[in-house]
Amino acid sequence: MLRILKRALTAGVVTDSYPAITAEPPDGFRGKPVIDFARCTACDRCVAACPTDAITVETTSDHHAIDTVEKTLTLNYGDCIFCGECEAACPEAVHLSKEFQLATISKADLRTQARYTVDKDGVFALAEIVSQAPSQDDRLEEIGATVREKVRQLFGRSLHIREVDAGSCNGCEVEITALNNPIYDIERFGVHFVASPRHADMLLVTGPVTRNMEIALKQTYEATPDPKLVVAVGACAIGGGIFGKSYATWGGVDTVIPVDAFIPGCPPRPEALLHGILVAIDRYPHRSSLNTGSSHKEGAKGTT
Amino acid sequence: MMEKQQYITLLSKSLGDRLTVHDAVAPNEVHMSLREQSLSTLPETCSLLIKSFKAQFTTLVGNDERSLNGSFSLYYVFSVPADDIFLILQVPVDPRHMEVPSISQNLASANWFEREVKDWFGIIAFPNIYKLAAHPDWPEDQHPMWKDFDPQAVVPRVKGTFEFKEVEGEGVFEIPVGPVHAGIIEPGHFRFSVAGEPIINLDVQLFYTHKGTEKIAEGLSPHRAVFLAERVSGDSSFGHALAFCHSMERLSGCDIPQRAIVIRTMLLELERLYNHIGDIGAILLDVGFSVGAATAFELKERFMQLNETLTGSRLLRGLAALGGVRRDPEATSLQRQALREMIVQGKRAFEDLVNLVMASSSVLDRLETTGTLSHTDAYRLGITGIAGRASGIDRDFRRDHPHGAYPHLRFRVVTHKEGDVFARMNVRIGEVRESLAMLEQLQHQHLGEQTLTSVVTIPPLRHALGYVEGWRGEIVHWVMTDNAGQLYRWKITDPSFHNWRALKVAVRNNIVPDFPVINKSFNLSYSGNDR
Repeated sequence: MLRILKRALTAGVVTDSYPAITAEPPDGFRGKPVIDFARCTACDRCVAACPTDAITVETTSDHHAIDTVEKTLTLNYGDCIFCGECEAACPEAVHLSKEFQLATISKADLRTQARYTVDKDGVFALAEIVSQAPSQDDRLEEIGATVREKVRQLFGRSLHIREVDAGSCNGCEVEITALNNPIYDIERFGVHFVASPRHADMLLVTGPVTRNMEIALKQTYEATPDPKLVVAVGACAIGGGIFGKSYATWGGVDTVIPVDAFIPGCPPRPEALLHGILVAIDRYPHRSSLNTGSSHKEGAKGTT
Repeated sequence: MMEKQQYITLLSKSLGDRLTVHDAVAPNEVHMSLREQSLSTLPETCSLLIKSFKAQFTTLVGNDERSLNGSFSLYYVFSVPADDIFLILQVPVDPRHMEVPSISQNLASANWFEREVKDWFGIIAFPNIYKLAAHPDWPEDQHPMWKDFDPQAVVPRVKGTFEFKEVEGEGVFEIPVGPVHAGIIEPGHFRFSVAGEPIINLDVQLFYTHKGTEKIAEGLSPHRAVFLAERVSGDSSFGHALAFCHSMERLSGCDIPQRAIVIRTMLLELERLYNHIGDIGAILLDVGFSVGAATAFELKERFMQLNETLTGSRLLRGLAALGGVRRDPEATSLQRQALREMIVQGKRAFEDLVNLVMASSSVLDRLETTGTLSHTDAYRLGITGIAGRASGIDRDFRRDHPHGAYPHLRFRVVTHKEGDVFARMNVRIGEVRESLAMLEQLQHQHLGEQTLTSVVTIPPLRHALGYVEGWRGEIVHWVMTDNAGQLYRWKITDPSFHNWRALKVAVRNNIVPDFPVINKSFNLSYSGNDR
């Protein structure tokens, strides 16, 4: 007993004041891959190197100029597993930044796209940068405090999350569990993990949704009272990740239930998860108005 | 100590009438093929191998080789710990007669393996005909591991219900749990039969996380498959990736730079550390000892942060590569310092934690004699890794089948006899100490700069084993290449596949409220089991 007291008294505060301390990952951390389109020569080496086809290229002929072809290069952070193979294949134009807070409310926002023209002599030119995934740097400030504030306003001081593993490798679970450790201590922001979907405001779903988890996931969704939020965690949950779509997997949570926010990562770090939860909460008022009408019926089905 | 050549001579002489013996590229593998007309001797042959060489059943691999030689094959893999030898018995299966005699009558540890082969290949190990991997809504005539099964196929659901062992009697109730559990854990369904609080029987339905990993790997380039291997079981990312790399390297007979071997061993031990410490915390949490749990989780987090500092990934991903490792985790002085300090601080913090636990009699009360797995049961079921060592099974691939830098390290294989939750925790405590001591020996072993050999040439139509002692137990991969040197077949055996059956035995006669802590003390992987 005395030992326990001593431990409790001497431990002090170990919890990090997010984001001040841990938001900056160590050197060598592999975050968001950034393509420098000005330096890119549309050589497709990064496309060949990517193990999850997160980088793709589409070639189309230009109708006006027969001698030139158009190449559209797309980098999808949702499919990225942050292995760094693209950087190794093309250190000139690709580098993995330290940025890891990549969550968005729409899959389209996870894409960076650029269009090139290549003529018959192999001379290429950057035509336009079609879309660029939004940079989250400006949103990094005081995320923890913002979460707490939002949770207080919207959910009456507590956001209850039910975690559902729809066939993940357990990597995402390791990181979600870490949110409960004394370093991150997510409960201080008013966020609690609960044992039943019936107590939950939010479902945190991982995995590519296996054939064998599809029904359980749907039932869990139906058992969660409206209004509710669904967050897809990790590359598998966003678009199937490295497992893709097969006889055994459906290739993403939004193929089975509606999703409000997507958190890229393989797996996302605990701070990225916290950031993603905030992004989802931002969407909350929108969702709650969307759901009125069908909500009662869905809820009733879930309880039978 | 018997050499590989002696094995080949001895086996050809004594069993030459029923099988042929071949040499293999891998230095410690002996390949054998059972003659088709001797199929009926299969159970006896397996028992004979086990008895004569004190061998252990390691895995069973099914393979559709119809396009190569017109038949299916089963590969029965046995480990001989005394001589560091693997005996691999190939059994041809005629596609017109998809049946072999079951070996699990004498060898209970093969039971689940035979049932999985039946579900995925349609090869029946008679009379072991029960379903395991395929859920009841999966059509019986669809076998995804056949080469002509399209991996993208959409297979319609059929009607069917799970079958569980029914226990009848006055006051006997069933408690269904899962697949979505109360905690943040993986999915699986547990069906308890209870009389009051004590558990009479537990049935487990797994394979909810089946992702067709082995199927989608067919035709994949080995370099890419490393990334898939990292995602077989998240908490064993490096263990699985390394086992796979080992298999490809043994198959091609390539040499790995010394420095890479040191780094790989270091990473295996770092993986063991964060998982063991986390498990100790989880066990303490499940018996309500919050101070201990918080202390352990804090320490686990520090080790995960160390992982990130050293490798850029908290789960040690992105380092494993065929022919070595992608990066040197001790490249900068900052990294070297972080490792050095964590070894010292981690040791101190861990001993504080152990003292805290051992001084709390109420915690020990909950752990001792809870969830006991007897030595007999553990041996019979072929339980491996920490769960086995806690029941007195003195087996550890780091010593018995030396790989990486382990032959050059001083370490002790930690075993306990009791087989209860406390013993499984004590094995972890002992192994954490050993791992820290090994890291001490490994740090600053700068044996050259090179961490990756440039090219690994991969020969076609060969097969080999790759293995490591992961933190849970032995991780064994079996690979075979196709004509182009890509993957033809990749069989992944996670220690959990051996050990799930231990849980069913260990919970018997315990009370339902003790189930979580018993389950945690095994901490088996669902994804590694289901793949």
